[in-house]
Amino acid sequence: MSAPYQKVAYYPGCALEGTGHAYDRSTRAVGKALGLELVDLEHWNCCGAMEVKNVDPKLQTYLSARNLSIAKDMGFETVMAPCNGCYHNLKKAEYDLAHDPASVEVNRRLTAKAGHTEYQPGEVTTIHALDWIKQAIGEEGLKARIRNSLAGLKVANYYGCMYTRPRHIFPEKDKGPNSESTLKPHFMDDLLTAAGAECVEYPLKTACCGGAHSLSDADTSTRLVLNLLTTAEACGAEVIATECPTCHTGLEMHQVRAEKVLGQKTRVKILYFTQLLGMALGLSARKVGVQENFSDPSDLLRARRLG
Amino acid sequence: MTDAMVSIEDRIAAILAAPTEALAARACAHADELLLLGETILEHWVASRGLVPTGTEVEGFRLLALHRQGAQGEPSFNACRETCRELVYHSNLVRGEPSHPAVARRIRLGAMVARHLSLFVDGKLQQAGLGEFCCAARPLRAGEPVAAGAAHV
Repeated sequence: MSAPYQKVAYYPGCALEGTGHAYDRSTRAVGKALGLELVDLEHWNCCGAMEVKNVDPKLQTYLSARNLSIAKDMGFETVMAPCNGCYHNLKKAEYDLAHDPASVEVNRRLTAKAGHTEYQPGEVTTIHALDWIKQAIGEEGLKARIRNSLAGLKVANYYGCMYTRPRHIFPEKDKGPNSESTLKPHFMDDLLTAAGAECVEYPLKTACCGGAHSLSDADTSTRLVLNLLTTAEACGAEVIATECPTCHTGLEMHQVRAEKVLGQKTRVKILYFTQLLGMALGLSARKVGVQENFSDPSDLLRARRLG
Repeated sequence: MTDAMVSIEDRIAAILAAPTEALAARACAHADELLLLGETILEHWVASRGLVPTGTEVEGFRLLALHRQGAQGEPSFNACRETCRELVYHSNLVRGEPSHPAVARRIRLGAMVARHLSLFVDGKLQQAGLGEFCCAARPLRAGEPVAAGAAHV
C-alpha cells in the first residue's frame, strides 16, 4: 500500500455538504471500508468555485491557497478533494501561484491581512478521490476486498470537464500507462472494473454537460445532458457512474427536465462511483447514501442484489 | 437551435433512425458523411468568428484542423476537443472494418457523438460563455463593474 495516501487531508467543499452529500457519505464510508484515513481540513473555506471565480479569479486563487496552507499547517503533504470543482480550483491555484506574479502578490497581501501561513506552490499535492483509491489501494487490492461483485452491471463512466481541463493545470496527467489521461480518462473505469462492473465504451466521458450554465441556460444543458444519457443507453449502460457533484446533479436534474420539457424519457441510473464501490465492498445502499439521490435506482439494485 | 444547425441535426436524426441493414450496406459512405457533418458544424463556428474555415488537415483530418482553428484565442472551445477526436475514431473504426457485425451500432454511436458536437457548438453560438468557466478556467464576469467595497485591493 502506498504510504502517502494512507492518511490524507480531506477537503469536502460546500457541494458535498449540500446537494452532493451522498458523495461525501459514500467517500467516507469507502475510505473506512478500505482502511484509509481521512482527516478533515480544519476551518476550511470555499474554494472560490463558480461565484468568486466568475467575478475575481485572483481572490479565488487566494481562497483555494488558504485551504492548501491549512493542510500544510496540519502536517499534510496531500489533500484529497472529491469534487471536480474543488479539485480543479486547488490545482488552478497551485498553477497560478507557480506561474503568475500578480496572483502571488494578491495571495501574499490577503494572507497577511488574514494572518495565516502563506502558501507556497509545491508544498501540498492536491489529488482527486479517484487518485486516492487508485494509488493507495489499486485494482488488485480492491479485487481482494470485494464482497459483493458488480458482475454483470453495465456502467458508463462520466468524468465531466473539470477533472481534465484545462490540461496545463494537471501536469501529472498524460505521463504514460500508469497516469491518468486527459483525452480518455480511465481511473474510474479501472476501479469499477476491478469491482466486477462491465464498463462500456462511452465516447462522451468528458463531453460538455452545460455545467455552469445548468440553471441560466437550462435548455442548452437539457439537450446536452439528454444526449449524454441516450448515448450511454445506446452503449448498453444501465448506470452512469459520476465523480463530480455538479455533473451528478446536472445529470439527475436534466434527466427529469428532458422528460418534462422534451418528452424524452431515459432509464439509465446515475450513481456516484463511490456508491458503487461501497456496495461492492459490502456496504448497504443506505450506508452509501443512495436514498439521497434524486434518481431512484432501487429496482436495478434489487435486481442485481446490490446494497 | 440556430437555423444553421437544424439541417445538420435533421441529417443526424435520419442516420440514427435508419435501419441497421441500410447503415451496414453503405458503412464507409456514412463514416465519411459523419466526418463531413462534423466539419460543417465547426465551419459554422469558425465563420461566426469572422474567419475563413481552414482547408488544411491535422493528423490527416480537416475536422481536427478546424477544431484547432476554432480554439485559437478561445480555450473554452477545447471542451469539444475530445468529441472531435471521438468522431474521427468512430469514422476510422467504421472505415477500418466496414463488414464488422457491429458496424451499424458504430455508425449510430458516431452519429451521437456528432450530435453532441452540434449541440455544443450551437450552445456556444447562443451563449459564448459555454465552457468558459470550466474548460478554460476563465471567469465569466471579469471586467464587469465590481460593487463598491467588494474589490480585494
